[in-house]
Amino acid sequence: MDRLLFGDNQFFGVNHMSEEKARSQQMRFQDLGAIMKVLDAAYDEGVTTFMCTTHDRVAEICDLVRADQERYARMEFFPCMPYAHKYANAMTEDGPLGALRRFLPDQSVFSAALTGTKSLASKDIDGITRLLIDAEMSMFRGLRTPVVFLQNVVVDLLLGLGFDEAFVIFADHVRTRYGAEPGFITMNLPRLLDTLERLGIDNPIVCSNINKIGFRMPGGLEAYETALRDRRFRAIAMSVFASGAIPPEEAIDWVCAQPNIESIVFGASSRRNIASTRALVEKSWAPVPR
Amino acid sequence: MGATDTELVVVITMGVVGLGKMGLSHLSIFRAHPEVDLVAVCDSTGYVLDVLSKYTGLRTYKDLSAMLAAEQLDAVVIATPSHLHAPMVRTALEAGVHVFCEKPFTLDDADGQALTALARERGLVTQVGYHNRFVAAFAELKRLIDGGALGAVTHVVAEAYGPVVLAPKGGTWRSRRSSGGGCLYDYAAHPIDLVQWYLGMPTGVEGSRLNRIFSAETDDEVVSTLMYPGDVTAQVSVNWSDESQRKMSTKISVWGTTGRAVADRQEVQVYLRDTAAVPEGYRTGWNVHYTTDLTEQPWFYLRGEEYSAQADTFVGRVANRMTEGPNVFSSAAATDRILSMISADAQGAGGPRERATSTATVAPRRRRRLAFGRGRTA
Repeated sequence: MDRLLFGDNQFFGVNHMSEEKARSQQMRFQDLGAIMKVLDAAYDEGVTTFMCTTHDRVAEICDLVRADQERYARMEFFPCMPYAHKYANAMTEDGPLGALRRFLPDQSVFSAALTGTKSLASKDIDGITRLLIDAEMSMFRGLRTPVVFLQNVVVDLLLGLGFDEAFVIFADHVRTRYGAEPGFITMNLPRLLDTLERLGIDNPIVCSNINKIGFRMPGGLEAYETALRDRRFRAIAMSVFASGAIPPEEAIDWVCAQPNIESIVFGASSRRNIASTRALVEKSWAPVPR
Repeated sequence: MGATDTELVVVITMGVVGLGKMGLSHLSIFRAHPEVDLVAVCDSTGYVLDVLSKYTGLRTYKDLSAMLAAEQLDAVVIATPSHLHAPMVRTALEAGVHVFCEKPFTLDDADGQALTALARERGLVTQVGYHNRFVAAFAELKRLIDGGALGAVTHVVAEAYGPVVLAPKGGTWRSRRSSGGGCLYDYAAHPIDLVQWYLGMPTGVEGSRLNRIFSAETDDEVVSTLMYPGDVTAQVSVNWSDESQRKMSTKISVWGTTGRAVADRQEVQVYLRDTAAVPEGYRTGWNVHYTTDLTEQPWFYLRGEEYSAQADTFVGRVANRMTEGPNVFSSAAATDRILSMISADAQGAGGPRERATSTATVAPRRRRRLAFGRGRTA
């Protein structure tokens, strides 16, 4: 994995500090052109991995990248699925069954099975999960997706439920069908590592908030520091600036000094900010090739 | 889960009833709590039960009474469609079980009051899922109002917008009026509960409209003015068919004689005049405090610190048999009462004025606080 990964929160009106800021970003990135301009800037700064949700907008980005393979020769995508709002809204409108039916291919046997109250066998759960993953992955056809992530809303829901088997199903399918490494995004790093270890998912890629002030790091900063020091996993740090609460230099210096962090995922809206983050990371880690 | 026999931790045995979006989320959060042993779930749909039983080891039931009879539960979470809350809460209370119920509490005032009385009689812990009261920015606003920093409150605007119903379709209970669906009970309940927390019960409601945008049976847009003594008003503006919003956004703006404050899930922005009694950590002029700065780290995070905090509060209250606390049945019943006042006002059934008279008994509490507020800042 690259040391720096480019995130997509800024493009879709996600901001953990201010709804006003989120809205102004949504306005700014309303047109695909505005998004591509920033994505191109990141690419030209050597930040060539786009870690993105499976938002409809991302499908349009994929089309553009596919259409200009030369320009984007080094471009890689780290899809993060599912785009949770899509499912949550569908579930509110149609209930869990209806939502599932909406995202499964019409001709699928499972779709037929779900029309009744027929109970589901384990092989069905397996199959449905695979079909849902395939549906989410279809927008990336022909593009490089070396790591595929399960989003934190789903990871943490399953983690709380104790639905461990789902992590195995996800990991297996991502490996066998896409030749990709499974990744897990979580807000509960120490707890998730325990579960993945128990399941025999060895040296997993796990992305979680890791920042100097312990912002959204349940279990506490100390538990995270211990995990980074003692556990076998490939860490990606997100929210390193704690949504702007930590000055950039202080934030990056601290993260780069932690053991075992392989990558940092960050978002930015301008080439200037991308370049300055790159420069800060290069100060502690190796140069980012351009 | 985290507790062992050697630790002096009270472990509460729990079950969850209703496995929709909220039920599953509660199930995950409560099950992750170190002082909870969540053993059983109850739902009417077989396939959800099948999956959970197969993969999570939970014992599953299709009937609440059967679950209560077979399991030794200390507490249940009830997250069924709203119209089922009242009978199920009653069943649980009669079985001597502490109850966490999703919002809105009940669709009928009389039920809410009867259940409040029943829980009190049995000494049981109750809580309703008005999670916004656990959002640090909204709690901070409560602190500012009660502490008199804003002076006497003169006006409140309570808003919530979001993308729930965006097309004329929908096959769940949320689209059926009889099941407690609709923007008023499902969505507007949140900002209205906050107003009730901040200002208490209104003496009446006026100008209420429950408008349809897409829904065939229920309302998608709610407007109303809650009337308080001394010409203080709270305007409610709620729309769940607003696709300009990425997700639900709730905002409360408060004007007082010495300042103004606006709170949402993320932050509270406060302007204090030089006549204000400035609280610690504030200054005259603009102040911004972020929820993240005001919030303690929970033990587990699923969809927001507030959901973890409300679960943790309930668990702590059950462990210590604390019947008083945030979002108890009596508080949620008061919010239900405002919802039915708005509903009656919108129907123009002659209800609002009668309601206003019948709720006048709670007005003195409000008057006292207003007088206190004015006294402090005079």
